[in-house]
Amino acid sequence: MNALLLHRIHFAFTVTYHYLFPQLTMGLALLIVVLKTLALTKNDERYNQAARFWAKIFAINFLLGVVTGIPMEFQFGTNWSEFSRRSGGIIGQPLAMEGVFSFFLESTFLGLFFFGEKRLSKWSHWASAFMVFVGSWISGFFIIVTDAWMQHPVAYRLLPDGTFELTSFWKLLLNPWAWLQYAHNMCGAVITAAFVMCAVGAFYLLEDRYNEFAQIFLRVGVVAGFISCIVQIFPTGDLHGRYMAKHQPAAVAGMEGLFHTEKGAPIVILGQPNYEQQRIDNPLVANDVLSFLIYGTTAAEVKGLDQFPPDQWPTTLPLLFYSYHIMAGLGTYFALLMIVAAFLLWRGKLYQTRWILWPLLLSFPLPYIANTAGWMTAEIGRQPWLVYGLLRTSEGYSLHVSAANDLFTLLGFLGMYSVLSILWIVLVYRFIRTGPAISAPVASASVTA
Amino acid sequence: MGAIWFWIVAVMLAAYVVLDGFDIGIGILYPLLARDEQDRRIMMRSIGPVWDGNEVWLLAGGGTLYFAFPLLYASAFSGFYLPLMIVLWLLIMRGASIELRAHVDSAVWRSFFDGLFFVSSALLAIFFGAALANVIRGVPLGEDNYFFLPLWTNWRVGPEPGILDWYTVIGGVVALVALATHGALYLALKATNELEMRAVKFAKAGWVVLCIVTLVSLPATIWVRPSSLTNYSEHPLLFIVPLAVLLTLGGMRIYAQKGKTLAAFLSSCGYLIFMLVGAAAGLYPVLLPSSSDPARDITIAKALSGLHALHVGLAWWTFGMALALTYFVVTYRMFRGKVSIHEEGDYGH
Ligand code: HDD
Ligand code: HEM
Ligand code: HEM
Repeated sequence: MNALLLHRIHFAFTVTYHYLFPQLTMGLALLIVVLKTLALTKNDERYNQAARFWAKIFAINFLLGVVTGIPMEFQFGTNWSEFSRRSGGIIGQPLAMEGVFSFFLESTFLGLFFFGEKRLSKWSHWASAFMVFVGSWISGFFIIVTDAWMQHPVAYRLLPDGTFELTSFWKLLLNPWAWLQYAHNMCGAVITAAFVMCAVGAFYLLEDRYNEFAQIFLRVGVVAGFISCIVQIFPTGDLHGRYMAKHQPAAVAGMEGLFHTEKGAPIVILGQPNYEQQRIDNPLVANDVLSFLIYGTTAAEVKGLDQFPPDQWPTTLPLLFYSYHIMAGLGTYFALLMIVAAFLLWRGKLYQTRWILWPLLLSFPLPYIANTAGWMTAEIGRQPWLVYGLLRTSEGYSLHVSAANDLFTLLGFLGMYSVLSILWIVLVYRFIRTGPAISAPVASASVTA
Repeated sequence: MGAIWFWIVAVMLAAYVVLDGFDIGIGILYPLLARDEQDRRIMMRSIGPVWDGNEVWLLAGGGTLYFAFPLLYASAFSGFYLPLMIVLWLLIMRGASIELRAHVDSAVWRSFFDGLFFVSSALLAIFFGAALANVIRGVPLGEDNYFFLPLWTNWRVGPEPGILDWYTVIGGVVALVALATHGALYLALKATNELEMRAVKFAKAGWVVLCIVTLVSLPATIWVRPSSLTNYSEHPLLFIVPLAVLLTLGGMRIYAQKGKTLAAFLSSCGYLIFMLVGAAAGLYPVLLPSSSDPARDITIAKALSGLHALHVGLAWWTFGMALALTYFVVTYRMFRGKVSIHEEGDYGH
């Protein structure tokens, strides 16, 4: 394997793994604030207990987010040094701001939140939960600004030595791509948290344990899931897709498997893109729909891959097509599931309806898949560019880090992360088995620092 | 502008060393000073609420370095590829061991993470010391401002050095001893009774070793890199810094003797800061020296980011640091004083 490919796999693997954790913690941070707020407004200790239970699960995921996030911060330099040299003047800005503004905030208030419930007043404790939420959402924002600049570069000047110089700080932060991506991505994080919360609730009900807590989890989870699943498709996913069609048409053609430019382009619901013959095998299509979704009229022309020279086609087309279809397919399923669940909740039948509890229990891995597939779509769609239209991926990697060294460290991360995964599953499962009861405010003796 | 950002980055990294330094130190001392489960819990608890925040200084410092000196970030991070990856793995293991040990009530589980905590902390100290020594010694920078260092070559400091040679190993040992002593003084502040006494005793013994290695490292540095004296001979006022190193070193001992633990710990902070400032002052305005040809040194001027970015950066950095300092004051005030393990965290932490 050549060095470029290994660097790509190295980065893709570590960032994909990292994002398994923040997607839950960012969403859960919001839901914990909801629980703490309910505890205050209803003056009901059960909500505090529920918050305490979720805080434990949050803590494990936060820790894994931290330890897998640190390598990300370094890997721009270690694996993509040419990219860092050239664009550091721009993307270094949001990355440094993330450290200064959100990581300090998060780590401090998390310390207060975990260690300070007895020393703080009720309101201060609520406020520390709120600040953890703010910190993690700011962190997500700065990362997205960084990524959005790579997807859709703005506010730069190209200097003779090939480096980019920032021309406007505010244009960088107000990059429209960033705001669209942020809205869609954060909503995706809430979906993950909502599904996890629902799954634990459904698990307890089906096991007939902790029914009181299970109902709280399902109530909060279904309401949050219902809202976020709808918003995920419309407006955020929809707007994001339209904006892409304008600025990354080749990526959209690849995502949709549209080989030929068409008026009234169809949308492929199922099918296998066949790149040799440039067509979709076994297609299940809806005519005119793609044109309508992107341009609001069925007659509009959508650019196919034939409009672009092959050296500008996304490099891993099948992966792009499938990632996108997995994301969008799951998104549709999520929305349907949550609509039904919300309806049953409204009619007061949710807790007794076993046929809905089972899918709510079993669906919790799917948002992880959808979020990962979404990022794969974004990142593979951007290929062959590292900075869209400006810097090719093949020009950005660390020329002096050999394939041998890269493979060695990739294997190291694979091993390390396998162990982390096992620990993670064991611990989270233990917390769920033990249940919310143990986290009564009375300190327990078996636990320590 | 360049000078300002040089010192900003230096200050952030120094803050990292002083703050994460004591919790790394606790890790190094962990098997040496803790006699039973209670001691171990006190030691863990003493850093529990703060270690993550301390580590953020590394991230924020690294991010700031990336932003202000992209060329330095690109060159140094890819050139030190292997040791950095090892540092990352150590940071992962260390974070995991601090947070996970308490979650399962099993002797094997705990002992495993106890061992991991010690090994990763000690190796981190050694690697950080060696890293700094690498920067002082210089690296074989090429025409294109890049380099790649193997882990070791022949252990000599020639033009084609490895990450580890006799000089950088000295750097690693200095860091190990300094952080262990630093951690012992911190523990003396946090612990009571026997554990506190053991910590003080260790700090006194560590101090003797620290004096020896410090005194070895200074001439070694001058021998490896004679030009680190240039700035000092041009601005003799700078000799205040090595003087301050000696004074703070003395302070550690004198205050520890008098039982003024806080003052001794602050002296140790001062010692670490002045060692780093001394090194930075010797380098300035070079960021990463070449081991063969001074014309290839990566200097502030070569590596500096665009001016617009740096101007805006100054505004948000000042604001952000004011916030960060406030958080730190709040946290350290809230968790000040001795650790009591009867007052457990509500979250099983
Ligand atoms: C639970 C997760 C989830 C779900 C159900 C969906 N998405 Fe998504 N999507 C993401 C999670 C996500 C993401 C992980 O958040 C991405 C990756 C990059 C980004 O900014 O958001 C993303 C990116 C993303 C992109 C941009 C890709 C790029 O930047 O190249 C588009 C056009 C869509 N999505 C569209 C949709 C549509 C039309 C959906 C509805 C059916 C949908 N997404 C459901
Ligand atoms: C969690 C979310 C993310 C996932 C799952 C993800 C996934 C990927 C994947 C699959 C690739 C490889 C693409 C290919 O080689 O074909 C990649 C590359 C890359 N991504 Fe991301 N990415 C994520 C977020 C980010 C963010 C936020 C940034 C920037 C801040 C970023 C920067 C990069 C870079 C620099 C590369 C390497 C160059 C390349 O191959 O394009 N990624 N990522
Ligand atoms: C290439 C891209 C990425 C880099 C460089 C990166 C960097 C980091 C770092 C260094 C940490 C540890 C912070 C600490 O010590 O407290 C972290 C955690 C975190 N990251 Fe990432 N990250 C990346 C991708 C993402 C993405 C795509 C998101 C989401 C939008 C994200 C959101 C978070 C959040 C919320 C945390 C806080 C820890 C947690 O809640 O688990 N990161 N990240």
